[in-house]
Amino acid sequence: MKTIIVVGNGMVGYKFCEKFVAKEESKQFKLIVFGEEPRPAYDRVHLSEFFENQDAKALEMAPAEWYTENGIDLIVDERVSDIDRTNKTITTAKDRAFSYDYLVLATGSSAFVPPIKGVEKEGVFVYRTIEDLEGMLAYAAKIKAKNPNAKAAVLGGGLLGLEAGKAVMDMGLEPHIVEFAPKLMPRQLDSRSSQVLQLKLESIGLNIHLSKATNQILGDDGYITGMEFGEDDVLDVDMLVVSAGIRPRDELGKNSGLEVGVRGGIIVDNKMQTSDSNIYAIGEIALYNQMIYGLVAPGYDMAGVAVDQILGEETLMPANIDMSTKLKLIGVDVASFGEPFMPASKGHSIIFENKTQHLYKRINVSLDGKTLLGGILVGDASDYSMLHQIFLNGMVIPEDPAQLILPAGEGGGSFGDVMDLPDEAQICSCENVTKGQICGTIESGESKDLADVVSCTKAGTGCGGCKPMVKDLTEATLKSLGIEVKDTVCEHFDLNRQDLYKIIQVKGYKTFNEVLDNHGNGGHGCELCKPVVASLMASINADTANKEYAIQDSNDRFLANIQRNGTYSVVPRVPGGEITPDKLIALGEIAKKYDLYTKVTGGVRIDLFGATLNQLPLIWKDLIDHGFESGHAYGKSLRTVKTCVGSTWCRYGMDESVSFGIELENRYRGIRAPHKIKGGVSGCIRECAEARGKDFGLIAVEGGWNLYLGGNGGATPRHAELFAEQIDNETVIKYIDRYLMLYMRTAKPLQRTAAWQERLEGGLNYLKEVIIDDKLGIAEDLENEMQTLVNKFECEWTQAINDPEMMKRFNHFVNSEEEDDNLVFVPLREQKMPEKWV
Amino acid sequence: MNIISDKYKTVKPEEVTVWFKAAPVTAFPKDGGACVKYKDLQIAVFNFERLNTWYACQNLSPEKQEMVLSRGMIGDHKGIPMVACPLHKKTFSLENGENLNSDLDPIAVYPIKIEDDFVYVGFSE
Repeated sequence: MKTIIVVGNGMVGYKFCEKFVAKEESKQFKLIVFGEEPRPAYDRVHLSEFFENQDAKALEMAPAEWYTENGIDLIVDERVSDIDRTNKTITTAKDRAFSYDYLVLATGSSAFVPPIKGVEKEGVFVYRTIEDLEGMLAYAAKIKAKNPNAKAAVLGGGLLGLEAGKAVMDMGLEPHIVEFAPKLMPRQLDSRSSQVLQLKLESIGLNIHLSKATNQILGDDGYITGMEFGEDDVLDVDMLVVSAGIRPRDELGKNSGLEVGVRGGIIVDNKMQTSDSNIYAIGEIALYNQMIYGLVAPGYDMAGVAVDQILGEETLMPANIDMSTKLKLIGVDVASFGEPFMPASKGHSIIFENKTQHLYKRINVSLDGKTLLGGILVGDASDYSMLHQIFLNGMVIPEDPAQLILPAGEGGGSFGDVMDLPDEAQICSCENVTKGQICGTIESGESKDLADVVSCTKAGTGCGGCKPMVKDLTEATLKSLGIEVKDTVCEHFDLNRQDLYKIIQVKGYKTFNEVLDNHGNGGHGCELCKPVVASLMASINADTANKEYAIQDSNDRFLANIQRNGTYSVVPRVPGGEITPDKLIALGEIAKKYDLYTKVTGGVRIDLFGATLNQLPLIWKDLIDHGFESGHAYGKSLRTVKTCVGSTWCRYGMDESVSFGIELENRYRGIRAPHKIKGGVSGCIRECAEARGKDFGLIAVEGGWNLYLGGNGGATPRHAELFAEQIDNETVIKYIDRYLMLYMRTAKPLQRTAAWQERLEGGLNYLKEVIIDDKLGIAEDLENEMQTLVNKFECEWTQAINDPEMMKRFNHFVNSEEEDDNLVFVPLREQKMPEKWV
Repeated sequence: MNIISDKYKTVKPEEVTVWFKAAPVTAFPKDGGACVKYKDLQIAVFNFERLNTWYACQNLSPEKQEMVLSRGMIGDHKGIPMVACPLHKKTFSLENGENLNSDLDPIAVYPIKIEDDFVYVGFSE
């Protein structure tokens, strides 16, 4: 049996083992792995997460048992100190010798510490291993005890330096990034994207110093106190983390006479072989193409090549290595792919920049405009997967390449059909799942729907960013196999929401069980179909959520919003945002009485948090006694109609936005819809009510209101579209009635108006034909249906507290008056909040 | 926080030593749940009327350690009776406590019997 010795148990060394044991032929080899750190390989890329949980185990690539199970001898805490190439043996620092047939060097790199005067002082750290981090943590605690406002600098504004910046920020130190170059992440970003990233990082609290050459490290008694850049240019710091690049750990190879590069690194060919054919080098120790590749992905590929070569396969390292990266840096998306920068002679760049939103997108396109050469994304990297795929596979790009990066509402479109991707295109990078694997599990019959695909392939179970792509691929593959992609609400009905709407309306069903027994497929319902039917009953019969509370969604069931610790928040309606001083006082007094946390919400209402189940009716009673009613902040229903001050007080106001906002809010209050609805009314084009970010929005102009429809401030923000101009109050109500009713009748469950409108065949023009021109002849019916709902409005809180039967659900226990004893609150800015989640 | 979940252990029907008289049948919503207090335990009890069966499980959601499962919606997932946590809709089998749509720890389930219109929960101690 031949022996392979792997020197180095970092990410790449581990990957060699993983790829090796996956091969059948590997059984003929004995694998011995040496690691000089005290623990098995861990994920160094996510080192900064160690600060969040200080759980080294969570970073492990695989537990120590994994090596045993796979017949690998893992020897940690023992450095290999010498190679005897003639006798094919290695010796360790503990003076033990081992022979090998093949040797794989995966010793990686160490942090490069530039020869700056004073760099040896206490308080200067490198950022490389868990032990480095533990040292930093201990030192930070010490200096913070002396000075709560202690500062820490990171030398180096590259990828790792910024991670280190986050780490020191998390330690509670004032973070400073010091970079020699005039831009951040000089290898990945151009100067404009660096500026955008800088603005974003500064907004989070990082101090950035660019174009700074450090002359010396200042200090007393051997401890660091500052950094000196020029004669009068000094930054006081209590700690310094050096992250100025890496140096390959090539001493072992160099000492045994292997060929090395001028600036270090063991020279390898495309077989990852060194100048000694029995010795391979992979990862950040390997100098390939005169380059050290400091990314984990090429390191993994190198590991794969070395495995195959040793086992006699002819896999070679490609000449061009893809250096594309996408990461979430301190909560900011940063990605670059292909050639991020490029001389003008090679192609054209298209740049989209929005500094206020910290957004920058750049793509580089060949001179003939046909191929994508590379690009940079800062702030929003959601297009990365598709752009990267287009780049990798040389796919055709649209005639106007700007469409690839422009937001959908501004000329950009959803370009690129996922089905055009090649089978090897990686869809889920967290779980390493390709398009071929996703489609294959459906084609083989193993998966029948999206849920099956997810459980078979694990795609989408990591960060979840690829979920829309996985869904599209699944549906397209099913369709291509002639399998009808059902648009049903869930497994219990072979019907979609629209079908159920018609059935309930025509048959006049009053309970969920009636619908399920007559039209379900034998099951008992679930958390998906129950709220849909509940919402439809409400939309059709104006039933309140009190009627059949066990089928209501979490919030509707208790007429309040369930919050992080299982307590509720209560939002009384404040129509149009207008409130009298007496009512304001009442809100404050009620909040005080029940010790509630109060906040003005994003929808400009006052939210009272921290109510226990049994307090809810008491709080509502007090609110109702002071003239309030339910604000339906919990329902998929009208939340608020936000107004500006309007001509009531504003010196610019063109129209009475407040009065009209109140009228609209009172008109649509309590009405259940596929999703929540918001409105806005602005008294002039200054748009203080942000009406164009709402489902329906009005802006007063000379001669009436401009009506905007289909805006959304949610996960996919979208401006509402101009629907009608200079119309009067009566026409506004007519149009909104028709619009909302049409939406309620035809949208999918939990589909916002924006998404519904976008997918409506014929788009905005079709909507205008139906709503304004009454092309289908249903306008009057829609209005009548809406009027019926408006007339039937009842405050659900009042209804509940007046009926002892309905009140039964508001006790935490059915057999005791006690409250939930599991609740823990902690103080926050003179109020309280739930204890942090574990 | 695992200290709390440790208090909840599945009880098999044959292990019951105490039948706790919890509350009258009418205290529970049809096809819904409510919470019962037994010593320092919070037990979610469900009247699954469509199946003509009652179920009981810990009220504690293992995801975020909150006492909320009794407020969740019930139904079935591919025929398995289940409850969906009201916080993030994680679903659990009411028969054996298994988490059906994620990889959370299973929840503890308890036997139930109905006698003279009263609900009894079985414990073993």
